[in-house]
Amino acid sequence: MIAEQSSTAMPGDRAAIEVTGLQKWYGTFHVLKGIDLSVSKGERVVVCGPSGSGKSTMIRCINGLEKHSVGQILVDGVELTNEARRIDAIRAEVGMVFQHFNLFPHMTVLQNCTLALRLIRHMAKADAEARAMAFLEKVRIPEQANKYPLQLSGGQQQRVAIARALCMGPKVMLFDEPTSALDPEMVREVLDTMISLAEDGMTMICVTHEMSFARRVADRIIFMDGGQILEQGPAEQMFRQPVHERTRSFFNQMTH
Amino acid sequence: MFDFHLFLSAVFGWPLFQGAIITVLLCAAVQITSLLISLGTASLATSPRWWMRKLIAAYVWLFRGTPALLVLLFIWNGLPQLFSIFRSPWFSPFLAAYIALTLIQVAYVTEVLRSAYGAVGLGQREGAQALGLRRWHVFTYVVLPQALRIATPALVNELISLLKTTSLATVISLTELMTVSSLAIATSFRFLEWYTAVLVYYLTMVAVLTIIQSKVEQIFSKGYSR
Repeated sequence: MIAEQSSTAMPGDRAAIEVTGLQKWYGTFHVLKGIDLSVSKGERVVVCGPSGSGKSTMIRCINGLEKHSVGQILVDGVELTNEARRIDAIRAEVGMVFQHFNLFPHMTVLQNCTLALRLIRHMAKADAEARAMAFLEKVRIPEQANKYPLQLSGGQQQRVAIARALCMGPKVMLFDEPTSALDPEMVREVLDTMISLAEDGMTMICVTHEMSFARRVADRIIFMDGGQILEQGPAEQMFRQPVHERTRSFFNQMTH
Repeated sequence: MFDFHLFLSAVFGWPLFQGAIITVLLCAAVQITSLLISLGTASLATSPRWWMRKLIAAYVWLFRGTPALLVLLFIWNGLPQLFSIFRSPWFSPFLAAYIALTLIQVAYVTEVLRSAYGAVGLGQREGAQALGLRRWHVFTYVVLPQALRIATPALVNELISLLKTTSLATVISLTELMTVSSLAIATSFRFLEWYTAVLVYYLTMVAVLTIIQSKVEQIFSKGYSR
């Protein structure tokens, strides 16, 4: 029943993310009921679906914020296990942007961006700051470098969070409803930042309800329901001719 | 009536000042030690191992439940009875008071820090973990600074409470403020002047702590004011 997976991968090219038979239980609640997902390098995937369908849980499994119960997750060919060192190493290669930003309020914007560079990449302070400034320029917020997160607007905070993740030079970026906590007038600036990131060829998996973004950027849209991938395909196909009635009614709700 | 001159000479005299120094030193030593120990015990209080949580809970129950006076007497009189090593001259009233009050203070500070750790949102930990930070980094750079900010008022409360509890060490003949004044009263029978002088000392020390508290809060609240 699952639509043919569209993939831009060249033969022999290793997938950025390879998920096989992923299952997860919260106690007796079966959140993920067997997810197979392959994301090739440079691919932009948008994940959508009703709340409680397991979208967030799925991408949180990819960097080990949630422990999966069954199945295999490969990030750039490295298997995600329970070993703390390996989880930390994978996380350093996978950037994540959260709904509520999760910036460190006691550190300046610049310190937020340089913390992991200093601790994990062991960069000198000046080098780390130069790198952080470059990414703050990229998200067009360099003038706020010495402010604290709570002194910024929501949209600005989310752009800082994106810059903070980019500083580590991730191979993949995960977005967990990055605009859901924002005031409407701030959604645009964050989406623009994400679009420019996509144009640079970043591999992205975005859980979002922003259908305009999905239409513009996504190579593939995944529709999840009840802990499973119900349907997936290129944006136009998913919007115009979804196979499942469930998918159709969801997109109708989202776009009207 | 009230001999103001005697009061002034008590306040500015050497004996009370010496007693105050002992009070302050004891207080500082106990608070620093128990803060360091509690950083760990507060983490262990939420350990995934059930027996560890029970162990910490039992400790907190024991030393919050026992009156400070009783703990002081247990340590000062009880320990030497149990172990001959404590019958040596190095086991001073100061050391006994330090041990007894630290045992108690750890129980209280553990509770304060446990709740402060819990008050730092899960999102903060996840934000740090997602960057690849190791557990130790997440704790020292992200959770701890925010937890200390939350805990500062409660920690100063515990410190002030401790400052006054040290007066109980007079029963094990530590020459802190109360002991000094009692000795002076025993020879002069001037109660009011000496009590008032001691009161001035305690209030001054608490005033200084209050000022320190507001300074510390200012430092930690950097980033929280708009």
